[in-house]
Amino acid sequence: MTQTEVSHSPNKKSPGKKTTSSVNYIRSFAIGLIIPALLLIIWEVASRAGIFPQYLLPAPSAVLSTLVALASSGELWTHVSSTLSRVLIGFFLGTVIAVVLGSFIGFFKPLERLFDPLLQALRSIPSLAWVPLFILWMGIAETSKVTLIAVGVFFPVYLNIVSGIQGVDRKLIEVGKVYNMSTASIITRIVLPASLPSFLVGLRSGLGLGWMFVVAAELMGASEGLGFLLTLGQNTSRPDTILASIILFAILGKATDAILKQLENRSLRWQDRYET
Amino acid sequence: MLAVQEVSRTFDNGYKAFKPVSFNTDQSEIVGILGTSGCGKSTLLRAIAGLDLGFDGEISFHEQSVRNGTEHTGVVFQEPRLMPWLSVIDNVVFGLKGSKSEKREKGTRLLRAVGLAGTEKLYPRELSGGMAQRAAIARALVTNPQLLLLDEPFSALDAFTKMQLQELLIDLWETNHTSMLIVTHDIDEALFLCDRVLIFRDQPGVLFKDLTINLQRPRERGSLAMAEFKREILQSLDLNHDVHVRSAI
Ligand SMILES: Nc1ncnc2c1ncn2[C@@H]1O[C@H](COP(=O)(O)OP(=O)(O)OP(=O)(O)O)[C@@H](O)[C@H]1O
Ligand SMILES: [Mg+2]
Repeated sequence: MTQTEVSHSPNKKSPGKKTTSSVNYIRSFAIGLIIPALLLIIWEVASRAGIFPQYLLPAPSAVLSTLVALASSGELWTHVSSTLSRVLIGFFLGTVIAVVLGSFIGFFKPLERLFDPLLQALRSIPSLAWVPLFILWMGIAETSKVTLIAVGVFFPVYLNIVSGIQGVDRKLIEVGKVYNMSTASIITRIVLPASLPSFLVGLRSGLGLGWMFVVAAELMGASEGLGFLLTLGQNTSRPDTILASIILFAILGKATDAILKQLENRSLRWQDRYET
Repeated sequence: MLAVQEVSRTFDNGYKAFKPVSFNTDQSEIVGILGTSGCGKSTLLRAIAGLDLGFDGEISFHEQSVRNGTEHTGVVFQEPRLMPWLSVIDNVVFGLKGSKSEKREKGTRLLRAVGLAGTEKLYPRELSGGMAQRAAIARALVTNPQLLLLDEPFSALDAFTKMQLQELLIDLWETNHTSMLIVTHDIDEALFLCDRVLIFRDQPGVLFKDLTINLQRPRERGSLAMAEFKREILQSLDLNHDVHVRSAI
């Protein structure tokens, strides 16, 4: 018997390697900043030189000062928080419904035959087409907005859960059967963890759609929110407001996605992924 | 012990994997099932493991039908089938019930027994093929099965690792005296491990010969006596001409 082959455990966690990889990370991050920084400088200079007219494309500094003004008046927080809460509530609702429905349909083939055609048909409707109907049913208030976002989030999460569950390796399930596990524990101990990667992919694309749909929902009519800032900027001919709102969307979208990405990295450490 | 009576398996599409077979195995016996590809060895093993209950006939272990549960049986598959999201130790104790510390202690002991001490926290992706198969053996043994079923457990491994694991299996057997049923198509492996070899052939399969390997342990690979058995097995497998021979049993 060999004791030798086990004595060298992979030295992935050795401190030396970790520092080099974080240095590499910072370096690649810095490299990625070069072009955006150059563009910003050119944009600023060109604006000041009067090449871009102020009423169409204000300088970055002007956008920044608009942002600062919004922040110091406290308005910024109102808009950000109302948009963020719409997205989060819609995301949560869409995800919960998708998880419940997706789990049942994934586990029980007959249910899939029953429900899937309908869901596929609903999915082929461009979701924005629902807007007038939702407004008619639920008015222009929060409910219709959150519902629209939930519909957008639902489909990617649902589809990924179903395909994740159905893609679970039958061979792993047999291991559970060998140990005389009940269906319930096979589901919780094998099927769910095995379909986790696919579920997380669904969550991230669902969140992306959530952000897309919140813009749509708020453009339809809102008294606060980043989408409202967009319309406000358009109606008052203030491109700086529009740009400030776009920047906030970018930051929030990226930040929430980063949270999910972090969650994914943490729960999928076991995955055998190609590392660059 | 294990009693297989007139067992056959006809699939939904009408295909018969093997014709009715009957055999018994004794306590602590290592029995090999040897046969050409497609003669129903895996199908038979899956039936004994309780993974496929669509067979005809009766299989019982210690007088208990496999249809009523197989809690005394452990299985090692051709692939390790480790749960990729569990660490090695959690994989090993996967089928165990009991307190956390109890599991941990048993798992660590088994890992040591299969030569994997110190790998507890690794994930399956960090293991070599041979290490993963060792972990799978540990997982099958952790519940103290009275019968260990192995379906071509080493066929995916290189010759060197294969020999190491065969020796490991014999070492484990010498401490526990677990009964084993090993499907293989490697004659040398069967001769090294088994007290008895059941030879299957044809499609659908028939049990053609029940050969007792009365060689002393520890066995020497490539010994003359083994070569003699090998010749006998090769002859009865009848690999050269596909004439259909009526079952000799
Ligand atoms: N679920 C199934 N449905 C129909 N036929 C099957 C099924 N499973 C196996 N068979 C058939 O039964 C026969 C025996 O299969 P089995 O896997 O038991 O062979 P084997 O002896 O283990 O072969 P190998 O040595 O290649 O693993 C094969 O001809 C196969 O095609
Ligand atoms: Mg097989």
